[in-house]
Amino acid sequence: MPKKQITLTVNGKTIEALVEPRTLLIHFIREHLNLTGAHIGCDTGHCGACTVDMDDMSVKSCMTFAIQADGTNIITIEGVANPDGTLSALQEGFRMMHGLQCGYCTPGMILRAQRLLQENPNPTEEEIRYGIAGNLCRCTGYVNIVKAIQYAAAKINGTSFPEAAE
Amino acid sequence: MIPGKFDYHRPNSVSEAIALLQKLGQDARPLAGGHSLIPLMKTRLASPEHLIDLSGITSLKGIRREGDKVVIGAMTTQYEIIHSDVLIANIPILRETSLQIADPQIRYKGTIGGNVANGDPGNDMPALMQCLNAVYEVTGPQNARSVPARDFYNGAYDTALHPEEIVTSIHIYVPAPGHGYAYEKLKRKIGDYATAAAAVILTMLNGKCASASVGLTNVSETPLWAEEAARILVGSSLDKTTVDKAVMAAEAIASPASDMRGPAEYRTKMAGVMLRRAIERAKSRAKS
Repeated sequence: MPKKQITLTVNGKTIEALVEPRTLLIHFIREHLNLTGAHIGCDTGHCGACTVDMDDMSVKSCMTFAIQADGTNIITIEGVANPDGTLSALQEGFRMMHGLQCGYCTPGMILRAQRLLQENPNPTEEEIRYGIAGNLCRCTGYVNIVKAIQYAAAKINGTSFPEAAE
Repeated sequence: MIPGKFDYHRPNSVSEAIALLQKLGQDARPLAGGHSLIPLMKTRLASPEHLIDLSGITSLKGIRREGDKVVIGAMTTQYEIIHSDVLIANIPILRETSLQIADPQIRYKGTIGGNVANGDPGNDMPALMQCLNAVYEVTGPQNARSVPARDFYNGAYDTALHPEEIVTSIHIYVPAPGHGYAYEKLKRKIGDYATAAAAVILTMLNGKCASASVGLTNVSETPLWAEEAARILVGSSLDKTTVDKAVMAAEAIASPASDMRGPAEYRTKMAGVMLRRAIERAKSRAKS
């Protein structure tokens, strides 16, 4: 099959590339762009490790063809730090609240949580848990991930989050 | 896992999409949200040579009130259904059902058209559409036609849709103001298909059930419109004896497969339990 031209924005940079239609977005991001933060976990759409932000949607990039991303705006974990290189509120939250152990799910978790907080800046614990229901973590039991997101929400809203990591 | 090779088309209009389906024949498949088809392609259970991506067709998008109906474009996503003011105000059971489908990421991409047209008995929308007596607008090489959801499903992945047709929109009559509703779904985990699920819409008048409709998900090769169960409810106060009879009527038409979600007998009983809970919750929501 002939390759097709796509143009998209990834972490603020315009990318033009030729792709085979069957190239999955996760492979395009990891192998063509060398952005290896988004992970392939289950490769079946269940685990959410491959989650990226595409046109203000959290998307599982192992279930999307790169060609479907033609014309879209994509953010990966490499694009979430503050412009001066300091950690974003969510990255800081995951660090301060010990929201990761092995770290494999973390890029997907943070991208999903970032979209969740943009849609709902002050979520309840239940809303956080349902909001990250498409992202699996086999280490933490989620307790500190929920706290990391609460920490980030508090920081963004200018309030304090008094709890400590478990 | 990498799918087999295929060529990709993104038409801008329904007529262009139909022309492609006609030209490319059986080697082509329409692509909606892709979250059923792409996993099949990755495992090579499906190997279409052409994908016709419907996402560029703007006329297939959107939710609007048209007289006594709500019209939902086939490419409207579950996310858009969940956040639609028109649906929240008029047919809130759609939001309640959408929220129980898959997970947040998949709901951003998954479409109502894909959900109803795929013919997968595990999908949640078909039984709800039968409960609501929805009508699917279908377009092919000839004229457009309307197919009621209650006549659409022949078997697993076998529907009234011809290979050269696509579902373009779904028309749903707005249920009576003050109606009660519930979608009850038993599943093993978030993202799973139903072990069994039940959709109920009913109205109450002076303490009696004035009208009722029931749909059942994933307890047969097709979604089930449980006509007899609903008929039993009408005219009663939804007392225990009547509900017991309706549950028995629903269980009598269920014929689920024994699978990793449980043996057939268990899944049949769970269809009854989901119906019982849905009736109770719908009753509590109905204004008398």
